[in-house]
Amino acid sequence: MPFHITGTSTSVRRVHNEAFLPSGTRSGSPPSRPTVIAAGNLTKKYGDLAAVNGISFSVPAGESFGLLGPNGAGKSTAMKMIGGVTRRTSGTLDIMGLDPDTHGPEVRAHLGVVPQQDNLDEELRVRDNLLVYGRYFGLPMSYLKPKADELLEFAQLTDKARSKVDSLSGGMKRRLTIARSLINEPRILLLDEPTTGLDPQARHILWDRLFRLKEQGVTLILTTHYMDEAEQLCDRLIVVDKGRIMAEGSPARLIREHSTREVVELRFGSERNTTIAAELDGIGERLEVLPDRVLIYADDGESALEQVAYRGLRPLTSLVRRSSLEDVFLRLTGRSLVD
Amino acid sequence: MDHGSPAGTAAAAARDRTFGPLYSRNARAVIARGLMATRSTNWLVMLSGFFEPVLFLVSMGVGLGAIVGAVEGPDGTAISYAAYIAPALLAVSAMNGAVYDSTWNVFFKMNFAKLYQGMLYTSLGPLDVALGEIFLALLRGMLYATGFTAVMGMMGLITSPWALLMVPASVLIAFGFASLGMGITSFLKTFQQMDWINFILLPMFLFSATFYPLSVYPEPIQWFIQAMPLWHGVELLRQISVGAFSAATAVHIGYYLAMTAAGMLLTTLRLRALFLK
Repeated sequence: MPFHITGTSTSVRRVHNEAFLPSGTRSGSPPSRPTVIAAGNLTKKYGDLAAVNGISFSVPAGESFGLLGPNGAGKSTAMKMIGGVTRRTSGTLDIMGLDPDTHGPEVRAHLGVVPQQDNLDEELRVRDNLLVYGRYFGLPMSYLKPKADELLEFAQLTDKARSKVDSLSGGMKRRLTIARSLINEPRILLLDEPTTGLDPQARHILWDRLFRLKEQGVTLILTTHYMDEAEQLCDRLIVVDKGRIMAEGSPARLIREHSTREVVELRFGSERNTTIAAELDGIGERLEVLPDRVLIYADDGESALEQVAYRGLRPLTSLVRRSSLEDVFLRLTGRSLVD
Repeated sequence: MDHGSPAGTAAAAARDRTFGPLYSRNARAVIARGLMATRSTNWLVMLSGFFEPVLFLVSMGVGLGAIVGAVEGPDGTAISYAAYIAPALLAVSAMNGAVYDSTWNVFFKMNFAKLYQGMLYTSLGPLDVALGEIFLALLRGMLYATGFTAVMGMMGLITSPWALLMVPASVLIAFGFASLGMGITSFLKTFQQMDWINFILLPMFLFSATFYPLSVYPEPIQWFIQAMPLWHGVELLRQISVGAFSAATAVHIGYYLAMTAAGMLLTTLRLRALFLK
């Protein structure tokens, strides 16, 4: 699996032709692709409150990079600074060699932005949304007309081209917003909570579309508070909490470093979960007591569960599962991601 | 890869800017969007904006005018009461149309439709958005003014060819109100605050020498009315309607030019502060 921590390095690297390499071919060596985003000690303060508090990261071209954290962690603020619509308080930020604070419009020309809340133009029809958005970038109609049709095809909305926007479902609106963000063929796509509020089927359709973009070499920057989304889409991610980076790495690496291979989830009923902890002591590597369940971190979940039974404890339900980023977050912050 | 790609084209266009991040010389994209959106406009609402001053003209001018009889016009000669109030009603209609477009419409697009947020995530700058939206308000104002002037003609209230200049003058009046109105709207957050706008517009409509001359007021009130924008519009159009120009004409025009410039500046700075902070 890929793992590299590039930190704040902004050195220009040799350009690699392959836009997207299967993860297996990248293991070990640092990417030989140019850095498209470099943030150094990036900070945004609103009065005394630091929404983003000195974060540093860099993203090579073609990577799918995630910002994972609970609501209010500062992910959206970081995205807005990258998009040049929020000025940073301090630190450095470099998007394809440009500073978004001084070259906002030029930076935005290279970006596709999918905001957290759809802001489609409800007064225009589906296809017109794409055409008009392209004109905001100053692109000619001769380019926009075939491009709009191509993007409708990509977003699986061709038969909705003449429909009104408010007749679309939530998933369709989200796909149209993504199609719209691609009208200028951006090198970098910013996605703020791309699947929040969508049903499972719509999420999977969307993930599939995003994965195709990744295969085409588009650099994806996405924020999410969904573990499965981060695991599905991100080559590498930073875990953000209260404006700070708690950890950085590939999903697999983060799980390996901050959690065990497997987790046993036990429910003894809300009364007994806390009192039973002492009786579980010594099983697995670590114990985490939550209000509704007890988690035992162990490399071999089944044998941990056997020890629980051996001690004569009878949980109401038990489940052995693989460790996820949820566990990483719990370990790093002592809190669950979705409250 | 950058050169020739759409993002590259957009980036090149973004580099070529006089006012840096404020303006991308692409207000026409905002205008094109507005024209496309008129396809889904409620045309009855559009028409009501045209009929309102016409109804006032008929009821006050024709009805009340029958009792009032002839009054003294701007050049000292006697004109019918309807011919006296018609230019004033045109100024009011230019004001109302511009204010409606630049306040309620803008308020909705800013706070609910998130339209400007989407626009400013592209290469567009706040000045493009302000210019485009205000141009659309003026286009609508010009249609109203042309229609109203035609009604005046049909009612026999036009006595001078100069009266045709009322149309561009109405657009200037609308420009002043629209640019300032959009700037002020950017400060407002709730519907209650939006109602304050009507609270200002209605007395201005009634007391700006619209239905009777300014000389009926005591002097301090005259000064106050003369400081308000609508009075300058009423006087300007009244002078144009009969072709009686004076040094005051230049003052009225100057007032609107200054109001427009101040409004554009305010609007652009506010859009920047709101969306590019």
